[in-house]
Amino acid sequence: MSCHDLRRNYGKLVAVNGVSFDIRPAETYGLLGPNGAGKTTVISIIAGVLQADAGQVTVAGRPITPRAIGAKAAIGYVPQELALYPDLTGRENLRFFAKLYGLRSSETKRRVDEVLGIIGLSERAGQLVSTYSGGMKRRLNIAAGLLHRPNLLILDEPTVGVDPQSRNAILGNIETLAREGMAVLYTTHYMEEAQRLCDRVGVLDEGKLIAEGTVRELTAMVGEQDRVRLTVAAEPQELARRLNASDLGHSAAVDGNEITLLVKDAPTALPAILDLAGQTVRSVIVEEPDLEAVFLHLTGKSLRD
Amino acid sequence: MKTILLIAGKDLRQRLRDRSAYLQAIVLPLALAFIYNLIFGSAATPRPFEYAVADLDRGLVSQAFTNQVLPSIEQDGYIKIRLVGTREEAASLAKEGTVDAAFVVQQGFPSTAGIDIVASPDSPTGVEVARSIARSFVSELNAVQLAVAATKPGDATQDELVQRALATASPLLVRDISAQEKILSLQTYFAAGMAVFFLFFTVQYGVSSILDERNLGTLVRLLAAPIPARTILAGKLATSFLLGLISMALLVVATSLLMGAEWGDPAGVALLIICGILAATGVTAVVASLARTPESAGSWQAVTAVVLGLLGGAFFPISQVGGIMSTLSLLTPHAWFLRGLSDMAGGASALAVLPSAAALLAFAAATIGIAVIRLSKVLQP
Repeated sequence: MSCHDLRRNYGKLVAVNGVSFDIRPAETYGLLGPNGAGKTTVISIIAGVLQADAGQVTVAGRPITPRAIGAKAAIGYVPQELALYPDLTGRENLRFFAKLYGLRSSETKRRVDEVLGIIGLSERAGQLVSTYSGGMKRRLNIAAGLLHRPNLLILDEPTVGVDPQSRNAILGNIETLAREGMAVLYTTHYMEEAQRLCDRVGVLDEGKLIAEGTVRELTAMVGEQDRVRLTVAAEPQELARRLNASDLGHSAAVDGNEITLLVKDAPTALPAILDLAGQTVRSVIVEEPDLEAVFLHLTGKSLRD
Repeated sequence: MKTILLIAGKDLRQRLRDRSAYLQAIVLPLALAFIYNLIFGSAATPRPFEYAVADLDRGLVSQAFTNQVLPSIEQDGYIKIRLVGTREEAASLAKEGTVDAAFVVQQGFPSTAGIDIVASPDSPTGVEVARSIARSFVSELNAVQLAVAATKPGDATQDELVQRALATASPLLVRDISAQEKILSLQTYFAAGMAVFFLFFTVQYGVSSILDERNLGTLVRLLAAPIPARTILAGKLATSFLLGLISMALLVVATSLLMGAEWGDPAGVALLIICGILAATGVTAVVASLARTPESAGSWQAVTAVVLGLLGGAFFPISQVGGIMSTLSLLTPHAWFLRGLSDMAGGASALAVLPSAAALLAFAAATIGIAVIRLSKVLQP
């Protein structure tokens, strides 16, 4: 998949502003960004659901637009919202989507059984989707995008609202698919998911791709900086301002009563930080560099914002 | 075409899992047609009105009324007469409700007295009919008297004049001019009226399900699939059409078997049904295209179905009201559907429905055209 200089506006709002990146076969590419960064708009354009105002997308060498009917068969799209029919059984849902992608009857049956096995829903396949748990629905939602063995699988935040056990199963399935050669575009604001799954990551903020690379390359961008999380009893904004003004760290961001600060050498700097914070500090966590730190460094915002 | 049928098949499977679909498409129209037929069917084939007749004059003219005019109407089956001897007896029968009214031909009729009508309070219609008969006879008599008065002496003998008068004394008071070949039987009328009325509810599901798909999130998945957006829309229209077809086919068979409805030539009925379903699909699709949510679409479609149903004569023959209402009813597919069936009543061939079928197709073409343009926008997330 290759996208070049994608642009899309909603009225005066610039949702996507010149986004370009490529995904190679068998590569899992993570698109990271907070809510409203433009992730869903970018993948809607790549999936051929939305028309870009400008720019170009190609998958398996063929241009993708909402009218490029044939080329869309190369893409499996798993939307962020559950896109299933609750009054049909799991098997009926999959059968419908398989036929929608042009699978023949015999192939449909075989592939539906196969995919049900992959997502661990074979035994519940004959029951109405309305009776499924949230995690089961999420797994079925992903399965519906896999039936036709796409070249590119697009997953838009597939683990939102999923219990840890189902999340682990979903991530395991995606790892298996990537190993089998499928290119995967994965959007999330869960940094640990991106770190586990993604070969490369693009960081999206306010419609722009502000950084791209492997997890190692990106963490190197923030240098050997640790992340210090302080939970304070009161006035976190004021403390964040004072920390940013000091030479103890930088990019202090506030999320509720928690302040996240990037620090070059946490063990050395911590006493001075606590001294500055005074008696308002309730807890301290020190973390080594990760994608969250990268995002904080690049945007000054938390991924969960 | 394969994908259109795939989408329609999926929608039908979903719809047929909802028990309310059966209620709306089959049970309610059948039940209402049956109830309407029971209520109005009995009213439309009433028992003959029964009248007591007291001839207190017993003259030549009064006997013409009691022995010729009334028996001739009785012979046609519209009334029954009971001759009584006194005014009191006649009045008593009317007041008790044993008869619908009583004719009392007073002594001295027609020169110094007239015909009294004693009304039964329980039968206003019967009384009106009695008045009409009496009034008509008296008018006829007056006309004869004028004619006699204008006759020059010597033109005829008195006996000849009396014979001439008697010869014209049996006015045609009631005549059935219902033109059987253009009127549906009540069973057929109510069966067809309810079927076409509920058709507008039945076909709603298909076109409104575009909005359901959008709410459910599945529309995005359909749009990402390698199929043109217009195929999705065609699939939804096909769902409406198939639901309408199943419902109408079952109702035609059920009302024919259970109520004795006579729909007419099968080819003509099939053509009318197909055109009617297309028109209903188009109208409901336009309404759906104006709504933002499935709920508001459902509400507006129900309002539209009821208004068009009432105006189109699904509940009672609006054309009999005449005037502007009759003209306005032609703005509804219901009126054309029922008119098409009427045109075929009495054994006319399927060709008789062509004007109505053409009108229904015009409705369908206009409304489906508008709906497709508007709903295409819904298919852009």
